[in-house]
Amino acid sequence: MNSSTFFGLSTVAYILAMVTYITYLAFRKARIGIVATVLTVTGFVSQTLALGMRWKEFSDVGQMGFLRAVPLTNLYESLIFFVWCLILAYLIMEFKYKNRSFGAFITPIAAIALAFIDISGMSKNIQPLVPALQSNWLLVHVMMSFFSYAMFAVSFSTGLMYLIVRTEKRSEPAYIFWTVMLSVFVITLSAMGLDYFTFKVAIKSQEELIKSYLFKASFLSSSAFVAASSWAIGVAFFFFIWRFGGALKKMVVSFNISHEMLDEITYKSIAIGFPIFTLGGLIFGAIWADQAWGKYWTWDPKETWSLITWFFYAFYLHSRLIRGWKGKKVAIVAVLGFMAVIFTYLGVNLLLSGLHSYGSQ
Amino acid sequence: MEKEKSKTIMDKIWDMFASVKFAVVNFALIALTSIVGTVVEQQVEPEKNIKLLMKMFGIEYDAAQSLLGVLDKMRFTDMYHSWWFLAILLLFAANLIICSIDRLPRVLKLVREKARPLSIEHLEKMSVKKVFSQKDKASHMKELAVSSLNRLGFKPFESSGGQGTQLYAEKGNFTRLGVYITHLSILLILAGAVIGIFFGYNAVLNLPEGEVSSFAYKDRDTQIPLGFDLRCDNFEVEYYPGTDMPKAYKSWLTVIKNGKEVMKKSIVVNDPLTYEGITFYQSSYGAVPNGMGNGILLLNVVSDNGKSQQIKTKIGESFAIPGTSVTGHIVDFSPALSFDQTGKAFTYAGQMTNPAVYIEFFESGKMKYSGWLLKRYPQTWSLPDGNRVEFLDYWGVEYTGMQVRKDPGVFIVYLGCILMAIGLYMTFFMSHKRIWVNISEEKGSVKVLIGASANRNRAAFEQKIEKLAGMLNAGQKGEK
Repeated sequence: MNSSTFFGLSTVAYILAMVTYITYLAFRKARIGIVATVLTVTGFVSQTLALGMRWKEFSDVGQMGFLRAVPLTNLYESLIFFVWCLILAYLIMEFKYKNRSFGAFITPIAAIALAFIDISGMSKNIQPLVPALQSNWLLVHVMMSFFSYAMFAVSFSTGLMYLIVRTEKRSEPAYIFWTVMLSVFVITLSAMGLDYFTFKVAIKSQEELIKSYLFKASFLSSSAFVAASSWAIGVAFFFFIWRFGGALKKMVVSFNISHEMLDEITYKSIAIGFPIFTLGGLIFGAIWADQAWGKYWTWDPKETWSLITWFFYAFYLHSRLIRGWKGKKVAIVAVLGFMAVIFTYLGVNLLLSGLHSYGSQ
Repeated sequence: MEKEKSKTIMDKIWDMFASVKFAVVNFALIALTSIVGTVVEQQVEPEKNIKLLMKMFGIEYDAAQSLLGVLDKMRFTDMYHSWWFLAILLLFAANLIICSIDRLPRVLKLVREKARPLSIEHLEKMSVKKVFSQKDKASHMKELAVSSLNRLGFKPFESSGGQGTQLYAEKGNFTRLGVYITHLSILLILAGAVIGIFFGYNAVLNLPEGEVSSFAYKDRDTQIPLGFDLRCDNFEVEYYPGTDMPKAYKSWLTVIKNGKEVMKKSIVVNDPLTYEGITFYQSSYGAVPNGMGNGILLLNVVSDNGKSQQIKTKIGESFAIPGTSVTGHIVDFSPALSFDQTGKAFTYAGQMTNPAVYIEFFESGKMKYSGWLLKRYPQTWSLPDGNRVEFLDYWGVEYTGMQVRKDPGVFIVYLGCILMAIGLYMTFFMSHKRIWVNISEEKGSVKVLIGASANRNRAAFEQKIEKLAGMLNAGQKGEK
């Protein structure tokens, strides 16, 4: 029995929970809802256990202080922790708002993130820490950053739901915005899934993934026919979502979540995520950089993108103060903010280089 | 109306700088230009960016080169230090200052303004309110309300009027300043950064073991005097067992001022040395060029009868094992030794990742034994005849690479960070709360009207009011 057994268990539990939450939405039977909650809690408990065990394993391998052996030093571990925070935030929300409907939106993010680990074939090995990461700041900096990312993920899904509920016409910019967002999300993930099933290889490094495999089974296929039809399918899918978005709206409306509540949850999760991100991500990160490198700010891509993310959410918080900006416009900002978060978290590591290269392993 | 007309251009500019819209434009400008700066690599040789542009746009070398020329003219290749990016930051700072000054008087008034008793009509219009009647005496209900409010952390004032007795209290009026404290903290951080740019420097110092320097180096040819001497006494790399992955690298440093040793400290990554405002950060290490053969070998020689002695020697020299007639002759050295499949030794790196010495041992003129002794593998230290040669160090062949920083502004940046944490906490997790409890007697029973307001986190405050109402009700029931 080691940590990966429990991680596997939690992945299965979250995927089952996702299916159950969606079933619950369709049939609205209280019992199904309880099963979904129990599954989520089971997944959460086993993931917590797994995190603890990984922590212990890590401190044994690295032979360093327990507090410094935070299992948050590569993409695999950080994604797992992100999911853990997300589920924690969701469970608190379910308890507080006594509403299970969000489960159908949050558990898929968790399941997708965990599936992404397997699809991208990222390394699950425990690697000892390089000297720069051996600091007590690692614990607070990374944990707080990921906690805020999870809060932003919540605001993303409620923001998107808000847009789905509040848009009427297909020609409306906000309607086009959410249909594009949703289809890009689904298409990107499906394309990555296709890569995985086509190549079925354990990829050694992120760089290799980008160069040799990413989208090579679809959009970037060497066969012009496959590439062209992938693009055609992508466009067709977007058109489908755009044409039948109304049905999705009907479904979300049937969840009995008022748009005021969606707006409030979006705001609340950003109001919690923003100060934690500022303190843990930017300030503690700067203090740590100052101690490790003698430079508290170097404009390296990770730092700059964190700042861009910070500006997005500062923009969100301020735009609520502008007359006529409540509602749809701020929801769009919340959704875009999470795009910046994803890029800060994954895009920078995968596409840009810099001092924060821990994710490239 | 007259005021509107008399708006001068200055007023208009002021209004623009004070507006939230201008702030939003600034956010967008900084964010969008920064994105370009993360894609185009900063402060690198042009070739790297030309390759990047060729790949990104699928263009030829010449086209990429001229495109880079345009970007270079616009300072996008070192944009965070360009005049226009600084100008945007300056606009941002001006925006922060002016919008804060613009709003502060109103907010200060709200902070200073004490809560006052309100009329029943006013209370009934409040968004958070509770009304109930109880069979009780007004004086008793008042006492209960005072103690309940105290338990919730409010210190109520009292006023009596035609509409009964009113208790009113408020908490956290200062939290309205949280936003402005946050704004001020950003300005402090920017100010600290500017001070750092003008009065500080970032430099490097590569110091070989045993050597002393009184300068740091900014570029190849810019020397910066430290005002004291720094000596590297020793440098060590510790590896994770069985790998060439460094676990830690450590330099033992001594600060010498006016010929006196004034400070000794070992530094590792994440634990620098600071003296007279100058900080030395462990950042890299390497082998001294052309110095690999000239180091001092530190050995601990232990004979089979337990006698031990530390000796310093060099490559090519000989040493004796105390209490025996055995001598060792150091023939060869390798900074990174490994063995191939046939068992032949070879050097796999120029860095001192796995140092080893080849020693030939003689007894009364005859060679008894020879072999490689590896510093990181103590099992190679024992000789067949029971003697032991411990490879402690090969000293004087490595340099420690340090970042040298002087930044008188960093203190202000830290102050700004602390202030920002306080400001954000006040802004997002605290609120200005006010409660009014009106108690009036009506035909032998008391009518209680609770009104309340909070500028933030109203849901949580409503629960508190719910609790207060519960306390007043429960007290009543308990007496029956």
